[in-house]
Amino acid sequence: MNILVCLSNVPDTTTKVKFNGTKLETEGVQWIINPWDELALTRALELKESGAGIDNISVITVGLEDAEPTIRKALAIGADDAYRINSEAFDSFYTAAQIAELAKNIPFDLIMTGFESADYNGVAVGAMLAELLDIPSVGAVSAVNVKDGKWLIDREIDGGKEVLQFDSRVLVSVQKGIAIDPRIPAMRGIMNARRKPLNVSNPVALDSFNEIIAIELPRSKSKVKLFDPEDVQSLLDALRNEAHVL
Amino acid sequence: MSVLVYIENWDGKFKKVTNELLSYGKQIAHEMSVPLYAISLGNVADQEFAPLKNYGPDKIFVVNQGFEVLDNQVYADAIVQAVEKLDAQVVVFSQDNVGNAIAGRVAARLKAGFVSAVAGLPLSISPFIIKKKIYTNKVFGHVKINSAIKVLSLSKNTFEVIENPAAGEIVNLELAIKTSSTNRISVDKVTGKILLSDAERVVSGGRGMKGSENWGMLESLAQAMHAATGCSRPVSDEGWRPHTEHIGQTGKIIAPNLYFAIGISGAIQHIGGISSSKCIVAINKDPDAPIFEVADYGIIGDAFKIVPEFTKLLQQS
Ligand SMILES: Cc1cc2nc3c(=O)[nH]c(=O)nc-3n(C[C@H](O)[C@H](O)[C@H](O)COP(=O)(O)OP(=O)(O)OC[C@H]3O[C@@H](n4cnc5c(N)ncnc54)[C@H](O)[C@@H]3O)c2cc1C
Ligand SMILES: Nc1ncnc2c1ncn2[C@@H]1O[C@H](COP(=O)(O)O)[C@@H](O)[C@H]1O
Repeated sequence: MNILVCLSNVPDTTTKVKFNGTKLETEGVQWIINPWDELALTRALELKESGAGIDNISVITVGLEDAEPTIRKALAIGADDAYRINSEAFDSFYTAAQIAELAKNIPFDLIMTGFESADYNGVAVGAMLAELLDIPSVGAVSAVNVKDGKWLIDREIDGGKEVLQFDSRVLVSVQKGIAIDPRIPAMRGIMNARRKPLNVSNPVALDSFNEIIAIELPRSKSKVKLFDPEDVQSLLDALRNEAHVL
Repeated sequence: MSVLVYIENWDGKFKKVTNELLSYGKQIAHEMSVPLYAISLGNVADQEFAPLKNYGPDKIFVVNQGFEVLDNQVYADAIVQAVEKLDAQVVVFSQDNVGNAIAGRVAARLKAGFVSAVAGLPLSISPFIIKKKIYTNKVFGHVKINSAIKVLSLSKNTFEVIENPAAGEIVNLELAIKTSSTNRISVDKVTGKILLSDAERVVSGGRGMKGSENWGMLESLAQAMHAATGCSRPVSDEGWRPHTEHIGQTGKIIAPNLYFAIGISGAIQHIGGISSSKCIVAINKDPDAPIFEVADYGIIGDAFKIVPEFTKLLQQS
């Protein structure tokens, strides 16, 4: 069985974002594999190593050449091959549609995406991609296992979880719990990664519908109102009579 | 033309966010001078519908066969059919695991722009421009949607619930529902607990609580306040609390009315998950803890002393 993992190249989560118009100022920004996608890849690798019958793990990114260090890192921690569609990811639909076009030519049994990208927070590419490929999708996935050649997928639901079973192709959008610790590339992995295939293709002409036309900074909060630790009554009063939240 | 809101139920009851979604949809429908419709999929008790009329739906369409398991493909297909039948121009979902899992599919089918984590009314209807949280709540983007149909998912606590009585006529909608291919082999859920994602109030503890044995005090506070409990990431990593309670960029993103951060330093990834809360209270012994930069109210001091006292006062009054 083959797994396709969708990777988004994003600024490190501690980045204090600054904008020039609607463009992120990239100076000094560290780029990483989107944390969810990294965990998805980690889980894919765990499955392969556990002898669950995984033959090949591919990673796929819609991005320009500057995304390559991120792709190389994915190869270094164990992905078998990589695909890069050489285009800016204009919006969620465009991104999903580019991946869908490519996925038509790659044999896969499972597609993994992150729950959301840390930059655009679209929570969209996974569901859109599944719809375009006309395959089932599961969101809020906290575990993926294989049993007798079938996918066993844990989905978090309000107040609990359910386990779903699929014996055909499916897309999962993964969240917390899918894997615990991301992997750190080892020297040998980095060397091996250089020999692994990184296929670059040109985008297909496709629509995009959304564009960010302005960035708005959140209103700076008024200063915190502090209370004396000996006087918790005043906090209670403020929550009741001033904030009206109790 | 119309505005269509998908109203989600949980165990046959509409989610709390429904009133906010309808109020929001109503306002957009009003600005566009079109009716507001709602659609409900699956079995919902009759008495659940009457209160919804207060929030402005002209009609509520109901399809109650074939939605036992959440199969995003089947749900999305039904909503796409409804959008086409009702000529909806704007389709509104709730920003949560269920809403977004369906909305993306609906948008892809309709060749419509989809904006999640919507943070307010459209800034303009024509062109359609909407405000969205990006970079995990660090900034907002104004997103222009160029497609004919617009799909949105609304962040919780974005819009005031407004009473606006309307006909709210209940109509059975005849659709060709796909048969689900989803094979659910087990369900495991807690009932009777306040859900973190749906909670109006949340009491959350961090590493400053020292260990799982000290959570009794937070649970008492939560109970006295009718709050759900949450935690920072190290707390769930340590196994002091279940992973489902982990709040932040890599956990749950929540927007309660009241958030108590107790023994939580306020790392940027934690703040990403709570910054949409209406009121944040921080209890921390370190005056320089960054949580005080985002908190509305705070007490600098020992949580082990302050929390029980505060709980006692609450219980007495
Ligand atoms: C990629 C990535 C993603 C992450 N995602 C998340 C996330 O989603 N959510 C998250 O929470 N973190 C996340 N983190 C971790 C985050 O960076 C912080 O390490 C974490 O939030 C700190 O948790 P904490 O505040 O509980 O602990 P600490 O930072 O150790 O803070 C403990 C606080 O308790 C106070 N304290 C101690 N004793 C007392 C007392 N008796 N009374 C009152 N106060 C006391 C201390 O003054 C201190 O401020 C992420 C990190 C990375 C790298
Ligand atoms: N440019 C991209 N290239 C490949 N995969 C992506 C890209 N953007 C998003 N994804 C995938 O889609 C998931 C959700 O992203 P988003 O819809 O932007 O929140 C991410 O976690 C990735 O797995």
